[in-house]
Amino acid sequence: MKPTAFDYHAPASPEEAVSLLGSLGDGAKIIAGGQSLTPMLALRLAVFEHLVDIRRIESLRGVSRSNGTVRVGAGTTEAAVGRSDVVAADVPLLARATPFIGHLAIRNRGTIGGCVAHADAAAEYPAVALALDATIETLSPRGTRSIPAAEFFTGIWSTALEPDELITALEFGVWSGRTGFAVEEFAVRSGDFAIAGATVAVELSSSGSVDRCAIGLFGLGPTAVRATAAEESAAGTAVPDLNPDEIGQAALAGQDVPSDSHGSAAYRTRVGAAMVATAWRRAVKEASGE
Amino acid sequence: MSDDIADVKVTVTVNGRPRRAAVPPRLTLADFLRERCQLTGTHLGCEHGVCGACSVLLDGEAVCACLMFAVQADGAEVTTVEGLSPGDGELSPVQAAFRDHHGLQCGFCTPGFVVSVTAFLRDNPDPSDDQIREALSGNLCRCTGYQGIFKAVRAAAESSSASATPSETR
Repeated sequence: MKPTAFDYHAPASPEEAVSLLGSLGDGAKIIAGGQSLTPMLALRLAVFEHLVDIRRIESLRGVSRSNGTVRVGAGTTEAAVGRSDVVAADVPLLARATPFIGHLAIRNRGTIGGCVAHADAAAEYPAVALALDATIETLSPRGTRSIPAAEFFTGIWSTALEPDELITALEFGVWSGRTGFAVEEFAVRSGDFAIAGATVAVELSSSGSVDRCAIGLFGLGPTAVRATAAEESAAGTAVPDLNPDEIGQAALAGQDVPSDSHGSAAYRTRVGAAMVATAWRRAVKEASGE
Repeated sequence: MSDDIADVKVTVTVNGRPRRAAVPPRLTLADFLRERCQLTGTHLGCEHGVCGACSVLLDGEAVCACLMFAVQADGAEVTTVEGLSPGDGELSPVQAAFRDHHGLQCGFCTPGFVVSVTAFLRDNPDPSDDQIREALSGNLCRCTGYQGIFKAVRAAAESSSASATPSETR
C-alpha cells in the first residue's frame, strides 16, 4: 500500500522545526529516519497531513563527551551510534544494543531520537535509556526541557513529548569503575521485533559486591520497563550469593507482559527471565574482569 | 485530507546522472527509481523494510528504497543495481560471483542482495563467515537459496578484484 498524500517540510534548524510543528498543529509529524513511520504510513496505520523532515538538520547529529556525560544528537543514525568510538568506550550498553536493531539498511537511516520518540515496546534503545537513567533533551516553541527517561515512556507508543516538541539529544551518564554491560534478545529471526530482551549494567565494589545495577526490559510490557525491585534486591549483595536465575524471575515478577501471535505472556515471561539471567551473568563476568 | 498537495521539485543523482523531477511528497524513492527513472532493477517485495529487495546505495550507504520518499533524496547520490556493473554487459565482481556460485534462482531478490553485498564488502573486505551471515540478514530469498548466496559472497570477498568498488563515495 502507499501512504495518503501529505505536504513535506524540510526545516534547516531545530527552532524552525518546532515553529512549523506549532503552526501546523496536530496534523503534522516529525519524520527522522522514517524506518518505523514510513511503514506505518504505507500500511495506513498512521495518517498525517504534514511531515516535517529533520534529517537535514546538521546540529542534531553527532556524539560528544563532556564532564562524565555522553551526548548523542537525536538525529544520529543507529549505524553511526554503532560506529562511534566514544559510545563503545563510555556507553557500552548503547553500543551493544545497536546490532539488534533491524538490519544494517535500517540502521543506516534510523535515528536514536526517532527510535526513542516512537517508543516501541520491543525496541532496544528505550530499555538502554531507562537502565542508564538517560536524560532526553527536547525543544518546543516554549523552550527546552530535560526529561528523565524514567518519566518519558508513558504507554504503548506513548511518551511525555508534546505534539510540537522535538527531541534534540540523549544524554547518558558514564559508568566507571568495575563495570559490566550486556544485552540479550530473543527474536524469531535476526532483526525481527524482540519476543523478549534485557539490558543489564552492573558496577561491583572492590570487595566484589554489587554497588549498583540496572535492568531494562523490552518486549515485556506496554513500553520498555525497568526491573526496579530485582535491582534493589541485588544491590549490596556479594556476587557469589546472587543466583542469576532468581534475579531473572524477580525482574519479570509483576510485569504487564503482552500476549500475541508470537507467544503467550507466560512464554514471554519465561524467555524474559532467561534473557535477564544470561545478561546478568555476562555483565558480572565482565565487571569481575574475567 | 487535502487532495491538492503540490509536487516538489527534486534533483537526485542516479547512477552518476542528475535526474530532475517534480514529485508528489508521498512518492517513495523506490517508485521514483522504477517509474520516473525506468530503473526497474530495484524490486519491491514487502514495501515495509523487511525483505531488502529494494536495497539501493544512498550516498554510498545501503538503504531500503521503499522506506524513504523521493523528496528525502533531493540532493543525494543514489546507486541502483544498474549502476554497479561496468557496462557493455559486463558484470561487477559481486554479480559475477553470484552467477558463478549459483547465488540466484528466480532472481527476484538478487538486485537487493547484490547492492547490500557490494556495500558490505567495500566496508568489510575480509569478513568472517558470521559477519557475512549477519550482513545477509537484511535480505530475504523466497527460494531459500541462501547457501549459494553465502558461497558467492565468500568467493567475492576472496577474489582480489572484489575490492573494486562502485564509483560513489561515502
